[in-house]
Amino acid sequence: MSPTTTQPKSDETPSTTAFAAIDAGKPRFARLRGSLQQLLAFASLIVIVLVFSFLSPHFFTANNLVSILTAATVTGILALGTTFVIITGGIDLSIGTAMVLCGVMAGVFLTYLGWPLWAGVLATILFGGLIGLVNGVNISVFGIPPFIATLGMMLIAAGLSLVISGTKPIYFTETPDFQSIMNLSIIPGIRFPLGVAIFIVMIVVAAVLLSKTILGRYTFSIGSNEAATALSGVNVRRWKIIIYTLAGLFVGLAGVLSASRLSSAQPTGGMGLELEAIAAVVIGGTSLQGGKGSIIGTVIGALIMAVLTNGLRIISVPQEWQSVAVGIVILVAVYLDMLRRRRA
Amino acid sequence: MSDIAGSRAAVPLLDLEGVSKGFPGVLALDDVRLDLRHGEVLALVGENGAGKSTLMKLLAGIYTPDSGSFRLNGQELTIEGPRHAQELGISIIHQEFNLMPDLTVAQNIFIGREQRSAGVFLDDRALNRRARALFDRLGLALDPAERVEHLTVARQQMVEIAKALSFDAKVLIMDEPTAALNDAEVDVLFDLIQRFRGPETGVIYISHRMEELARISDRVTVLRDGRYIDTKVTAQTDPKEIIALMVGRQLAGEQRPAPLNAAGEPVLAVRGLSTKRLLRDVSFEVHAGEILGFAGLMGAGRTEVARAIVGADRMDAGEVRVHGTAVSIANPAEAARQGIGYLSEDRKQLGVLLERSVRENVVLSSLRDYVSGLGFVDDARIEATGREYVAKLRIKTPSTAQLVKNLSGGNQQKVVIAKWLAKDCDVLIFDEPTRGIDVGAKEEIYVLLRQLADQGKAIIMISSELPEVLRLSNRIAVMAEGRLTAVLDNADATQENLMEYATRFSSEGTIAR
Repeated sequence: MSPTTTQPKSDETPSTTAFAAIDAGKPRFARLRGSLQQLLAFASLIVIVLVFSFLSPHFFTANNLVSILTAATVTGILALGTTFVIITGGIDLSIGTAMVLCGVMAGVFLTYLGWPLWAGVLATILFGGLIGLVNGVNISVFGIPPFIATLGMMLIAAGLSLVISGTKPIYFTETPDFQSIMNLSIIPGIRFPLGVAIFIVMIVVAAVLLSKTILGRYTFSIGSNEAATALSGVNVRRWKIIIYTLAGLFVGLAGVLSASRLSSAQPTGGMGLELEAIAAVVIGGTSLQGGKGSIIGTVIGALIMAVLTNGLRIISVPQEWQSVAVGIVILVAVYLDMLRRRRA
Repeated sequence: MSDIAGSRAAVPLLDLEGVSKGFPGVLALDDVRLDLRHGEVLALVGENGAGKSTLMKLLAGIYTPDSGSFRLNGQELTIEGPRHAQELGISIIHQEFNLMPDLTVAQNIFIGREQRSAGVFLDDRALNRRARALFDRLGLALDPAERVEHLTVARQQMVEIAKALSFDAKVLIMDEPTAALNDAEVDVLFDLIQRFRGPETGVIYISHRMEELARISDRVTVLRDGRYIDTKVTAQTDPKEIIALMVGRQLAGEQRPAPLNAAGEPVLAVRGLSTKRLLRDVSFEVHAGEILGFAGLMGAGRTEVARAIVGADRMDAGEVRVHGTAVSIANPAEAARQGIGYLSEDRKQLGVLLERSVRENVVLSSLRDYVSGLGFVDDARIEATGREYVAKLRIKTPSTAQLVKNLSGGNQQKVVIAKWLAKDCDVLIFDEPTRGIDVGAKEEIYVLLRQLADQGKAIIMISSELPEVLRLSNRIAVMAEGRLTAVLDNADATQENLMEYATRFSSEGTIAR
């Protein structure tokens, strides 16, 4: 019996040579897509700003923009460190309460122990690093999943804050200059606080670390394919400890700034702050699956959250609705991001 | 095959002796030896579980051996870790890709060996220059700055190879490197291997494809059950002998299914099936009791036909008739209701729930039938069904409560088959039913497929192994570039003419598979 369906046609053009087959399907512009996403986030930030400016004359004023930046500073710095952790495919739930604990420790160093300002601040930042180090060791050496390891740390830090402070706020009576770390106005004429300048410096530091150093390269590499990174001879365990420690250092700094802002260390609270920071990271296009993300995205994410909260308050939306709005923004941002990935 | 083989035989490039490695409960390698000579390609073959992967991982420095000695150019040594193996000049291309999709090509190749300026800062431009120099040397057309996730699988493979060779490798080990490549790409790969081999280097090539061994290897070493069996000079052996050594017994001779007396209404008829992406006017029918084989090269569109029929992909034109009635199938659940089951080639991802029990997997598609009036799942009946199929299909498992991940590949495949039988499907579409299953267990799957057909099922079997297609199919459909190029009766089909129809676009005629 002969073939029953189509016979081979000889007039068909002979297609695909060896390299053509291999060359197929590689969009040259694919590389641009990543930056396009950030453009999109940035564009939405602009749109939100424009809408609020239109709705209220009090929104787009120098003073209000500075207070938005001020509001974004603490969450933003937490989010910077968390960006590294999330790009590795991990998560850090302890940053909120750990930040509060760092504030309490600043009170201990400066008020109870009477250390000089510089030493107390440095010790506080290092204490944050220590918390991160413990997280890193728990995750990397003992193999506890990041979610659980940092959930445990979140509760430990919340409890320790209360224990150490005796549940009472600590005031920085010994070091009155402490509050100027966040609040000192550094530009004559407008109320531009030092804390915001520190935030901006940290953005640059984090961006350089992530994109220009070996630490950043391994951060992406681990998140992209941890096993392959290890097989390539990279000491993944050690780098993960370093990355969580780095996130802890950012937490320590955020602890200093938030205590400075209030001129006191408040031992309660902090819970929920980690979710705000994670939200900023996610809105900025960093994938919870790891491997993808950027500092500039995180900054835009933190700004979008701060602008929304501030703007909704200015146009007198009740506070209970503000959280609803932020929730919706997170869902929309992540959905758009998934759409983009599906197309890619 | 190559005249380089055999020269300088006095001191082998790589030489293993008495290597053993045990894991709790298993002796994965038992007194294995192996020698790789300068300039040769040594094929390493064996069934799944023969110990090839363990041996690889020992050489890669991922595992340390319990006993045995390694010599590189006659020098005794211990491999301390992945980095050390690379420094020694042993480079491995693993079966699963070991790339970081979010990094660029150059970043992937030099991961762990980054170019730095001023101590800490990365210099990606220098990295790209190094990568480009490497590609020029290897004759690869790759863009160092392209992100790996944007590359085709074949190009990713090339990146893996470039990475392996960037270590100034002396010994290159490749684990089934052609598994994801089409024939043109295989040619490029073999060309690379030929360039790589020289008086100071050697290649260990792990593969299941007998035809490839003849094309590329000088000698073949066979492992079985963690033991060294034999080494043959490729030119002086044949696939039959190698397979016999692998399985430890002679395989039954080639049988061909008798022609089918296909009268009456076909169970499944497909007319003019087309999709936007690939398929063009595909028409065929399958009768009860028949196995219709689908042959073709990778990317010819065979899987796409199956996916379009079961509604996993959109059909842009065409008609599907089940028992003579035109049906419109929007998704696989609908297909199952119409009695069409699709058994994916990607069993682990799309076929079974690895973390769930055998019985849960068996009733997964038909779970609705096991719900009592109150809405509770009837576990006793599920257990009964599980037992029934474990016995019927001879699934090797201690109980129906065993997790599927603990079964062998062949038995996992049987669980998938049981699932569709429990759903009472008339049409079963098997996509590469024996992929990743060892030679011995393949035989059982063949017998099972034949039995199913004899019981009146209509079976479509997509397979890239021509002997398998010829062995099982009553009729054989051949595809190339999204079109059906022939439907042959088994009696009219040979490996040669099937390959002709499968490559009717190719003029070189050098394809071996």
